[in-house]
Amino acid sequence: MTSEISQAIAAGILGGGVYALMAAGLTLIFGVLDIINVAQGILVVLGAYLSYVLSVHLHLDLLLGLLITVPAMFVIGLVIYWLFIRPLRGAERTSMTLLACFAVALIIEGVLYREFGSNYVSLNAWYTSSSVHLFNFYLADIYLIGFGLAVVAIAAMYLILYRTKFGRAVRATMQNQAAARLIGIDVNRVAALTFGIGTAVTAIGGMVFGATSGGFTPNSGYDLISRLLAIVILAGMGSIGGALVAAVFMTTAEALVDVWQPNWSVAVFYLAIVIILTFRPAGLFGRRAVRAQ
Amino acid sequence: MRSLTHRTRFLAIGAAAVLATALVAACGSSSSGSSSKTILIGASLSLTGDFSADGIAFERGYELWEHDVNAHGGINGRKVKLIILNDNSSTNQVDTNYTDLITVKHVDLTFGPFSSLLTAPAAEVAHRYGFAFVEGAGGSPLVFNEKLPNVFDVALPVANALDPLVNWLKAQPAAQRPTSAAYPIVNDPFTVLQEQRAQGFLQQAGIHTSYSKIFPMEVPDYLPTANLVAGKKPQMVVLGSVDVPTVASFVHAFEQQHFNPKLMIATAGPDQGQAFLSAVGGAAAANGIMVPNLWYPGYADPTSQAMVREYVAKYGGSPSGVNADVAEAYSVGQITADAVKATGSTKGSAIDAYLHGNHTFASVEGPVQFNSLGENVKAIAFVFQWQNGKFVQVLPLGAKGSVPILYPKPNW
Repeated sequence: MTSEISQAIAAGILGGGVYALMAAGLTLIFGVLDIINVAQGILVVLGAYLSYVLSVHLHLDLLLGLLITVPAMFVIGLVIYWLFIRPLRGAERTSMTLLACFAVALIIEGVLYREFGSNYVSLNAWYTSSSVHLFNFYLADIYLIGFGLAVVAIAAMYLILYRTKFGRAVRATMQNQAAARLIGIDVNRVAALTFGIGTAVTAIGGMVFGATSGGFTPNSGYDLISRLLAIVILAGMGSIGGALVAAVFMTTAEALVDVWQPNWSVAVFYLAIVIILTFRPAGLFGRRAVRAQ
Repeated sequence: MRSLTHRTRFLAIGAAAVLATALVAACGSSSSGSSSKTILIGASLSLTGDFSADGIAFERGYELWEHDVNAHGGINGRKVKLIILNDNSSTNQVDTNYTDLITVKHVDLTFGPFSSLLTAPAAEVAHRYGFAFVEGAGGSPLVFNEKLPNVFDVALPVANALDPLVNWLKAQPAAQRPTSAAYPIVNDPFTVLQEQRAQGFLQQAGIHTSYSKIFPMEVPDYLPTANLVAGKKPQMVVLGSVDVPTVASFVHAFEQQHFNPKLMIATAGPDQGQAFLSAVGGAAAANGIMVPNLWYPGYADPTSQAMVREYVAKYGGSPSGVNADVAEAYSVGQITADAVKATGSTKGSAIDAYLHGNHTFASVEGPVQFNSLGENVKAIAFVFQWQNGKFVQVLPLGAKGSVPILYPKPNW
């Protein structure tokens, strides 16, 4: 039993990295723009399909492919922002952006269905079925890679936010858009770039999702979005590091419950969220604390 | 006062118009055996959502049948026209769709949706409106427990699907049988009963159960469950799956854990042709994996072969990429057409009575005959296996088309 619990914890921690990669963009976009990007699930799937195209048609390794998919998703993020988000203003902006993001999700899903159909596709490379023997366990290479990429991506986002002039502008925009405008920050530019960065990070999440999910279709985004939102809420909306902690918490809790009763694993995670939010309504790393950093 | 009179007259005329429209619509309503030239057939399919891969395969099967039947002059000289609505794999939407098809679109006949989960509520709607309900993907007890007289499933009754494997294992010398088995089961009416039935028989045969748990369909990551199964080191894995990703996730996890069972069978997924091969990482990874089913593209029946050729010509790919959903859907059309031809009616009660009449029908899946519950008693369960990139029939031993089984399964 001890071995099973240890293995479940290891699997949970590594699985958390995959979800953190997918949720990081969502929390960044919310933190800066107050936008709940419900298109995040389909953007993850889009990232997976981009990796699929490069892998199958250009025979490009999945990791090397990120050199193309990350910039491509950055551009897609910019386009989505300029076409769908930027024109929305006024008191109803938050609810309107929710609808706009939903529309974006439907459009992307429709395009993916048209291009790829409804059959499952999957991402394969030598490291998607291999493992290393560490601490008496076989740890899956793709999950180790995913966890490593999550740490690198989140660290890079931190560096951008806290060690660059652009990051200061982003944080100023997060705290008070009107004041940021008054001190000369081009808020629209900051917002567009932030949306682009959030979407670009999703390309990495998409690749790892595609390589660990066993197969995906254009419809796979729906299963993802509720979990990603749960992670972001648990972390504290806007907390990038918190997304990693919350994702690891989610997958580890579920993996541990799996040992006894898998049918309860999903319910236990959501129950844990309710309990935590009862005592910390702003999440583990609440939004106020995040913006004050 | 004048204005009130005008308004009253206007309202009266409006009400009369609505009443007249409703009467006309009701007279056109179809279960009474409409005499209009074209026979309208309504179906709700999961073109999006969790079952979309199967739903679209079903749509193609229905459309191929529609094309073929019209090319041969229709049914009793009447052309057929399909109206297919998308239920997004939702049990609520499937209910709405069939109500819409029957009461608004006034179809003459209904065909079933995909999966037992959706067939059960859909069959009740059809029953309420007096429609016969021939379907191809609702073989679980969830569908038959209601004992509806209008339900006819052309596919294999789900509960018995693993019987050929169980019988084969029981016939093996004790020394060659696996000594232990794991049953990880996705919580779905399609999987649970057949898995538990197989588990019961195999335990009686002395095959120890080392793992048997049901996990939710919405599980985000199969790695922890698959690792637990691998940790138990069972000699045989009977995976209760409903799709390709579940099987592929287990295969990848088993490879990562260097776990090689002597036998692996999944209730669904390996029958999905190229999609399955690419998901597990190619023919080598798929080698030896089995799946129970009623039909496969190599089935040596001339109508079936013609359907496979037609499918490839219309949708591309190769014969091995044609999955059983297409044949199930096509069979629904064949059986319904036979019933309408024989009774000369699209009326539900006439079709129900005829299909319950112990007649044997020919379909692309083989012979079909219904018992009082609407189960296909002529359906023979087969087990298919991936062998060096080919999907072949291996069980029952000695059945026409069966080749020697690859056992034990080669290592990953």
